[in-house]
Amino acid sequence: METRATSRRTFLSLSMGVPLGAALAACGSSGPTKPGTAASTGGGGGGSSATYWYLSTQPQEGVRTRTMERFNKANPNGTIEGTTFQNDAFKTKIKTAIGAGQAPTLIWGWGGGTLRSYVQAGQVDDLTPFFEQNQQLKDRLFPSSFGAATIDGKIYAMPCETMQPIVLYYDKRAFEKIGAQPPQTWGDIMDLVPKFNAKGIAPFSLGGQSRWTNMMWLEFLFDRIAGPEVFQAVFDGEKDAWSHPAALDALTKMQELIKANGFIKGFSSITADSNADQALLYTGKAAMMLHGGWTYGSMKTDGGDFVPGGNLGYMNFPPIDGGKGDPGNTVGNPGQYMSISSKATPEQKEIAKKFFATELVSDESVKDWVGTGAVPIVKGADSAFASSPDAEFLNFVYGIAVNAKSFAQSWDQALSPTAAEVLLDNISKLFQLSISPQQFTSNMNAVIGK
Amino acid sequence: MSVIPLPSGRNVPPAASSGGRGASALPWLAVPALAFFVGFGVIPLIGVLLLSFTSWDGLGDISVTGFDSWRAVLADPGLPHALWVTFLVMALSWLVQTPASILIGVFLAGQQRYRAVLAVLYFIPLLLSSAAIAITYKALLDPNFGLGAGLEIDLLVQDWLGEPALAIGVVIFVVSWQFIPFHSLLYQGGVRQIPRSMFEAAELDGAGRVRKFFSITLPQLKYTIITSSTLMVVGSLTFFDLIYVLTAGGPGDATRVLAIDMYKRGFQANLMGPASAIACILVLVGLVLALLLRRLGGRDASASQLEGA
Repeated sequence: METRATSRRTFLSLSMGVPLGAALAACGSSGPTKPGTAASTGGGGGGSSATYWYLSTQPQEGVRTRTMERFNKANPNGTIEGTTFQNDAFKTKIKTAIGAGQAPTLIWGWGGGTLRSYVQAGQVDDLTPFFEQNQQLKDRLFPSSFGAATIDGKIYAMPCETMQPIVLYYDKRAFEKIGAQPPQTWGDIMDLVPKFNAKGIAPFSLGGQSRWTNMMWLEFLFDRIAGPEVFQAVFDGEKDAWSHPAALDALTKMQELIKANGFIKGFSSITADSNADQALLYTGKAAMMLHGGWTYGSMKTDGGDFVPGGNLGYMNFPPIDGGKGDPGNTVGNPGQYMSISSKATPEQKEIAKKFFATELVSDESVKDWVGTGAVPIVKGADSAFASSPDAEFLNFVYGIAVNAKSFAQSWDQALSPTAAEVLLDNISKLFQLSISPQQFTSNMNAVIGK
Repeated sequence: MSVIPLPSGRNVPPAASSGGRGASALPWLAVPALAFFVGFGVIPLIGVLLLSFTSWDGLGDISVTGFDSWRAVLADPGLPHALWVTFLVMALSWLVQTPASILIGVFLAGQQRYRAVLAVLYFIPLLLSSAAIAITYKALLDPNFGLGAGLEIDLLVQDWLGEPALAIGVVIFVVSWQFIPFHSLLYQGGVRQIPRSMFEAAELDGAGRVRKFFSITLPQLKYTIITSSTLMVVGSLTFFDLIYVLTAGGPGDATRVLAIDMYKRGFQANLMGPASAIACILVLVGLVLALLLRRLGGRDASASQLEGA
């Protein structure tokens, strides 16, 4: 009986201890990996090296790491220490770290609404004086990239890396099968839908569970119908801005396309994270896809002969009959953004500014980015395209960026996280056809300015 | 897990050598567990309660706003919906899991060797993490690249996670698939505790299998049923990882249970106040349910025909 009593207690203590122990262990290390030098992770704290957290997705991680290493080699006395995170882990981690005053010196992000929330909390430095001193640096970058870095007239982040407009991809093989041309207007799109469906090809691929994928459609519809002003009014917090007649028109057109089976069956359970939506396009199950410029690289890697064989076509979103928006406009990510934590030491801030001024958008890093099949936000980057096997696509994206009168930031990035969550939620319901355009606008009007 | 032998009582402190039977030693044994419970259970709970009376975006300063967060949460039509989905998942998964677990448990309680082999196989889903299970099912159920499309079985080619009713069904199925092994294990143990003599007496009286099951096994399993149901019901309040990976609360908000509602408000919409209020509601609902279930059977101990072994 003695052993039995002990065993039960041992078991109890184990069963209590194990999960707690695991929880404790999980608190300690959330699995970041460290390229470069090994030292303490503590953000904000002292020391003569700046800290930098960034995303671990390849091939972008390689470019970021090489850029940082070049800087460290040239500046052995004030180096940058990098830590990489996966996309979703990063978003949560950086928010928590900033809230706890433990942010890294360099805060990487997508600008817009999230940057605004950092600014309102006084967590990032105003970089306007820095850009006044470094006018040349500012002139080197595309002006459209500064929009999402500017909050209330002041620049709080350095635009960097690449621009990623949303483009309309299509499969040339599918168009040959039905003997049609890529759509030149919204009317063409609606005409193509039954033709593709009759051939058993879904007109459009869509990773609807990710929600922001649906949003890209609305961004273009709003823009083509009435220009960027409609969403700008929402962004500026004007009362009932979503009730604009163009908004109702766009939302109605959206639901018309969904009702006409414009999207692949089961789109609302497909996620973009798994690249299943891209797979639908390159396996020939869908004819067209509206997606970010970044998917070109992954379709090239995953799609076998699809991209190298010249089957992938791409174009800007077509105009809508009677629409007022400029058909040259685009939406997407005008750049990525790096801010400096206001909690960093003066030495760290100096290192960060030196990094911005020298290596971050240097010719070498521009070349490196072009190598990944992306267009850097640097003016004249097209001179580096010629040697790239993807020159045609790169020139297309560069052309969009140069010619666009408006390069609007993705709505979910532009809005505050609170409003963005309500927006994505309502967009997914709109695509489920579980709410009407009128309900959508009244739900969204309720969170304007929040 | 091994049983610690107590070879020499002389070298260890008296409290341990007495095997914990001494009345004075008992409170001390609870200290480590209590410390963990207070540190990781009670204190965060108080923190959450306090946060629910504030407004905080996770970044800036925390400002006290009284009942604003509660008012916002209670007035939001999302809350009754999330509660409804939570209770629906709870009720349906209980209805599916309990009969299945009892039957499998009774089956596995037999001492035959092939049943032992099957028991090991049945146990496998319990060894997998919820996230892994969710990712696997998501891939299998994909309407374009999943099992149905691969095997060309039209019946399986459904928009499993894209139709609200189907999505709820899939969630219940996957939850059951994952947890039935655990509850079967409970019932297997429960059945094995029933003395053979009761079955032998019944056999002498001419009772068949079905009669024995309903007249002896089920009544004797009463406490096991209550334990298992408590774990199921309270556990289903905290389903998060599985549903989050499987459907992310979608399509629309069809599978948005309270836990996901809380996460979305807190960590995606940066509304820590309302998220904390929902957390408090979750705790309350869990407590009430656990108490109710205890009441249901725990009160009249005389109802058991037999002292638990």
